[in-house]
Amino acid sequence: MPSETVELRGHIIDSLTLPKVLDEVMNYGGTFEIIDVTIGHRREDPSHARIRVSAPAQEILDTILGRIRQLGAAPVLEEDAVLVPADKDGAFPENFYCTTNLQTFVRCRGQWLEAERPEMDCGIVVDPDRKRAATIPIHRVKKGDRIVVGHPGVRVTPLERSSERNVFEFMASSVSSEKPKGIVIKEVSAQIRAAKKAGSKVMVVAGPAVVHTGAGTHLERLIEAGWVDVLFAGNALAVHDIEQALYGTSLGVYLEKGIPAKEGHEHHMRAINTIRRAGGIRNAVDQGILRSGIMAACVRKGIEFVLAGSIRDDGPLPEVMTDMVSAQDALRSVLPGVSVCVMIATMLHSIAAGNLLPAAVKLVCVDINPAVVTKLTDRGSFQAVGLVTDVEPFLRELWTNLSG
Amino acid sequence: MPTFLMCPPDYYGIEYEINPWMDRRRPADTALAMRQWQTFYDQLTTGLGVTVELLTPVKGLPDLVFMANAGLASGKKFIRSNFRFPQRQREVPVFEAWFKDRGYRILPLPPDACFEGEGDALSVGKTLFAGYRMRSDIQSHEKIGEILGCEVLSLELADPRFYHLDTCFCPLSDRAVLYFPGAFDDYGRRVITESVPETIPVTVENAFGFGCNAVVVGRDVVLHAGCEELARELRSRGFAVHELDLSEFIKGGGSAKCLVLRLS
Repeated sequence: MPSETVELRGHIIDSLTLPKVLDEVMNYGGTFEIIDVTIGHRREDPSHARIRVSAPAQEILDTILGRIRQLGAAPVLEEDAVLVPADKDGAFPENFYCTTNLQTFVRCRGQWLEAERPEMDCGIVVDPDRKRAATIPIHRVKKGDRIVVGHPGVRVTPLERSSERNVFEFMASSVSSEKPKGIVIKEVSAQIRAAKKAGSKVMVVAGPAVVHTGAGTHLERLIEAGWVDVLFAGNALAVHDIEQALYGTSLGVYLEKGIPAKEGHEHHMRAINTIRRAGGIRNAVDQGILRSGIMAACVRKGIEFVLAGSIRDDGPLPEVMTDMVSAQDALRSVLPGVSVCVMIATMLHSIAAGNLLPAAVKLVCVDINPAVVTKLTDRGSFQAVGLVTDVEPFLRELWTNLSG
Repeated sequence: MPTFLMCPPDYYGIEYEINPWMDRRRPADTALAMRQWQTFYDQLTTGLGVTVELLTPVKGLPDLVFMANAGLASGKKFIRSNFRFPQRQREVPVFEAWFKDRGYRILPLPPDACFEGEGDALSVGKTLFAGYRMRSDIQSHEKIGEILGCEVLSLELADPRFYHLDTCFCPLSDRAVLYFPGAFDDYGRRVITESVPETIPVTVENAFGFGCNAVVVGRDVVLHAGCEELARELRSRGFAVHELDLSEFIKGGGSAKCLVLRLS
């Protein structure tokens, strides 16, 4: 959102100039944030205020600035960001500006450039000639890249607060199992519907508990019905989903009956072997070997999925990426356009996705363990809404809401 | 008794249009203007005992007669005006020379901040009320407050016909003012009513009759004739009201107050 910092001086309190400026900003469709105010001690002492004015479009901002300039609010003289060429590949210059996941602007040759792809814990690379700025992860830095150093000329826009109270506000306060889940799931459904209507993408991050708890069919239906655009998971979700599709078991337990299968512990290895022999999940679906389940639905619907492995993985399945830096990049490539992300029963993959997503993306974290949500928010994804519940009833109700 | 500075209207005329009152098709009658000015001068000096110093008129500067806009005098300090329009910017060297010759320290304002002197700055007790937007810029107010060491309450002027504060606001004493509410917005009206103990609103008719552009000397008020309601109101409050015909100056957008600058 375009914005500008203005300064107001004089007897701005008793003259009502400050409230008048703030009212005018809102009258013209803008918003403001008071950065600081110094009030004069004696009657004759002047006061001073710095205000950041934002508007939905540059023309509106210009109109507001024109009007409030008449009231004495003049733009603060701002400096350009300092750019230092990277002196080696894969490392930032000293004192590089370290990003947040919020919308960020960089001032370059007197102009504010919005940094593309907001992501936390990156640097910002600027191309002054093409007037472009973007976040850049450390491993992608190339010698000579012009990297923002220090804080001057960098501006971060806080998340806008909606005037309507919604579940993403009242739930974001704390994590507790004692919250009305029905309302939250209804609100999550509404957010998913709104995202789809707006043409943006819905992402699901899922752990193997989705399959173990028997919720795989709900997720499969959600995928089939077109509610999911991106799936991010590990080897385990895919393995147990395929085990279930091929043998009816998850971790060797029949999901229908809840009893262990004979030699059931071998099922997941046999499933992995089948898929590896077929040359991958996609090939197994094409060859008619894999006909049901979450992964088959992803292939049939052509939705983007990224599987990132870990050191304890069996197999892994051929699509599972084992180079974590490549996996992060693969995930980055499918994130543009995502506006809602539902994280279900997986801690590491949820934190990984949270690290890469801009703060403006609505995050819903569903886990039986409250600590997972807390960890996610502690790692900077402060916008996450936590829902402490078993994942099966969550997905069942989400499906009921969305299919109704 | 106060001391005023005035300039005789030898070269006064409607030679350009820089406010909604000026119309070159309605020229001023110079001889009549001279007579009106003289009567006003006599009222102040002989009538009320005010000391009036005179500035020599200059050919080609028809608005020099509106002395109030020269600047703001305080002690031996003179805050020089920065006129909005080039037609009046030519007056500045004349004022500057006059004040310099009399030992005043000339204090210029930042060149990009317009300010039109006492036309837009009037004191009520220790507070200076300052108008802005039409002729003066609010950016000048902080500096003026700093020079004078006083609080400056900025009032946005909302109606171009009341383009200077002295056309719609008139201090009567340290605790009373006349004002025309229609010349201000809600904020301005609140500032006036909340910071002055007695506020006397002036009717639209009397405001258009330049009732607020009055000269107040103690309990005497000199103003353009025809503001009957206002005159009655002032008399009921114990003021002696002196109504004079200043019609020729109203053609230029000014009346009694515009013709004088307070020196002390």
